[in-house]
Amino acid sequence: MADQDGVYQVLQPSGKLKAGAKPALDDEFVLEGLRWMLLSRAFDAKATALQRQGKFGVFSPVLGQEAAVVGSALAFDPRIDWLVPQYRELPAYLIWGLPLRNHILTLSGNPVAGRIPDDVKLLPTQVALAAQLPHAVGIAWGLQIQGREGAVLTYFGEGASSEGDFHEACNLAGVVKAPIVFFLQNNQWAISTPRAYQSAAAHFSDRAAGYGFEGRVVDGNDLLAVYEVTREAVERARRGDGPTLIEAVTYRMSFHNTTDNPSRYQPPEELEEARLLDPIERVEAYLRERGLWSVEREKEMKQAAAEEIEAAIAEAQKAPPPQPSQIFDNVFAELTPRQAAQRDEMLGRSGDDG
Amino acid sequence: MAELTIIEAIRAAIQGEMERDERVMVLGLDVGRLGGVFRTTDGMIEKFGRSRVFDTPLAEASIVGSAIGLAISGMIPVAEIQFLGFTHQAFHQMGDQLGRFRYRSRGRYPLPITVRAPMGGGTKTPEFHPDAIEAQFVQSPAIKIAVPSNPYDAKGLLIEAIRDPDPVLFIEPERLYRKGRAEVPDDDYRVPFGKARIVREGDDLTLIGWSAAVEVCEQSAAKLAEQGIQAEVIDLRTLVPLDVETLVTSVTKTGHCVVVHEAPLSAGFGAEVVATLQQEAFYALDAPIARVASFDTPYPPASLETAWLPSVGRVVSAALRTVKA
Repeated sequence: MADQDGVYQVLQPSGKLKAGAKPALDDEFVLEGLRWMLLSRAFDAKATALQRQGKFGVFSPVLGQEAAVVGSALAFDPRIDWLVPQYRELPAYLIWGLPLRNHILTLSGNPVAGRIPDDVKLLPTQVALAAQLPHAVGIAWGLQIQGREGAVLTYFGEGASSEGDFHEACNLAGVVKAPIVFFLQNNQWAISTPRAYQSAAAHFSDRAAGYGFEGRVVDGNDLLAVYEVTREAVERARRGDGPTLIEAVTYRMSFHNTTDNPSRYQPPEELEEARLLDPIERVEAYLRERGLWSVEREKEMKQAAAEEIEAAIAEAQKAPPPQPSQIFDNVFAELTPRQAAQRDEMLGRSGDDG
Repeated sequence: MAELTIIEAIRAAIQGEMERDERVMVLGLDVGRLGGVFRTTDGMIEKFGRSRVFDTPLAEASIVGSAIGLAISGMIPVAEIQFLGFTHQAFHQMGDQLGRFRYRSRGRYPLPITVRAPMGGGTKTPEFHPDAIEAQFVQSPAIKIAVPSNPYDAKGLLIEAIRDPDPVLFIEPERLYRKGRAEVPDDDYRVPFGKARIVREGDDLTLIGWSAAVEVCEQSAAKLAEQGIQAEVIDLRTLVPLDVETLVTSVTKTGHCVVVHEAPLSAGFGAEVVATLQQEAFYALDAPIARVASFDTPYPPASLETAWLPSVGRVVSAALRTVKA
């Protein structure tokens, strides 16, 4: 992850600025970024534990990718911009304004209570990989047609970039010059399939050239570099200069999801190496150097994160449990007679199938 | 009131909706300067401009997928897929995405999107163009499916589709696009979904069809009348929602029924119609319900398609067997 590979970096793994680098984020903003990163990591641990106890469904941690997600999300303005997620980007949803309580409810099988609030410009998480990319392009294009301000951030991984939807979405975005940032998190693993099996291209971002727009590759474990590169892409989108494909080179430091067992395929030495590049430790070292980080400060921030998570879990527990009748809610604006009859039958009311 | 072809009726519906509501836009292959390969959008790019009549790259999944985003941003997209067979290139963006956004988002993101595509054989088109795959979408439970057979319904159902707050797959009968004209009101009117049309009344037998198969049913009914058998012909108009009541009323009256469709027999939508009728009208039936469909093979070469598609001859024989059973 050095400049000679074309990978943009501001902070070295030691936390020291690269020679000549000037951070685009002021200290307060970096502290804010670190706060989101620590909250994300604390939530990963809590959610994994709750999944093991059967209280949460399948869960995909962000672990190791916090700088990529937080740095990119902070470069947008959630009041006017849209976020179109995959599913491994929790801190971005929170930055966009999704209450943590709602996310917890969705994870624990109560999506009704976990509904995205009306004023949060966020789409639901997308399980079909890369299927969200054409949707993201459509939103960006629609804002453009209607002359409305706003750009779109969409996330996906290097594995998802092998899907046809990635190609179709990038191609269309280039043609209409959509105000969008395609943020590819190259975390080196698509479940057990290594990065080299997804593409022979040196960098995934190289593909942008084929679509007629800018591609950038950035050290995804470097909060400052990710923010800066994304910020430039947002400005490009706002100027009407079209899309950007950003490849954030990072590492999935945990399992794909809670059903996965990376010990079957992941070389332990690779994981050890990745741990040396931990994105949180890098920011902490940077702030420590600037006299803004101490054991006490760290303790305080981690304590605050733990309390925020506990409060959100407590809030979530107060939500009414899902009801079977809700199976039939929001299928259509109005159920068809056949659907209505099926609902009535399920609820034990009179009515035949048909 | 003008006499219009189905093509002209569809054009009138889209144009009227675009004039009425500036959020309505058209996107698809060749919909702009060419006016669509069937000219359904002829003249629209001149009238409404490129941003609302958009020639997309040749990529069906992103036509449907971007329509989803366009709708979320506030537009009302009418997406054209050049032939229904090519919706397979967009299949994952239809059932899995188009049909699930309102549900997945718990009502936050309804999708007022119409996806139009012509269907059916009989015009000697290359492979995939004529495939009648409508039943495959019925298993995607949150997409409405309209299957008009004539100019009046084409306009009224399309206006209904565009104004519907939910996704509609609007399947057009390609073979009948320019075959004959019928009176179509100049102003806008809506044909409600879920109301089948009784094309012709009769007491002896019910013939059920949709899309271009309605024409086969009508011609078969005329032949049967020559033999003194009065067939009632029903045009479903929409598969989702399905008008069970009209079907049950008719079959209760006639006691005999033949279902006709262009899709291959097995697991075609005819199977759903028959299963519904045996549940709802079993004791009114005097004979097993017959189905006349295409065969369970891939679509044959164009030179053989007339032997493969349901024909008047096959429908009449099935009807006679049913009535005489």
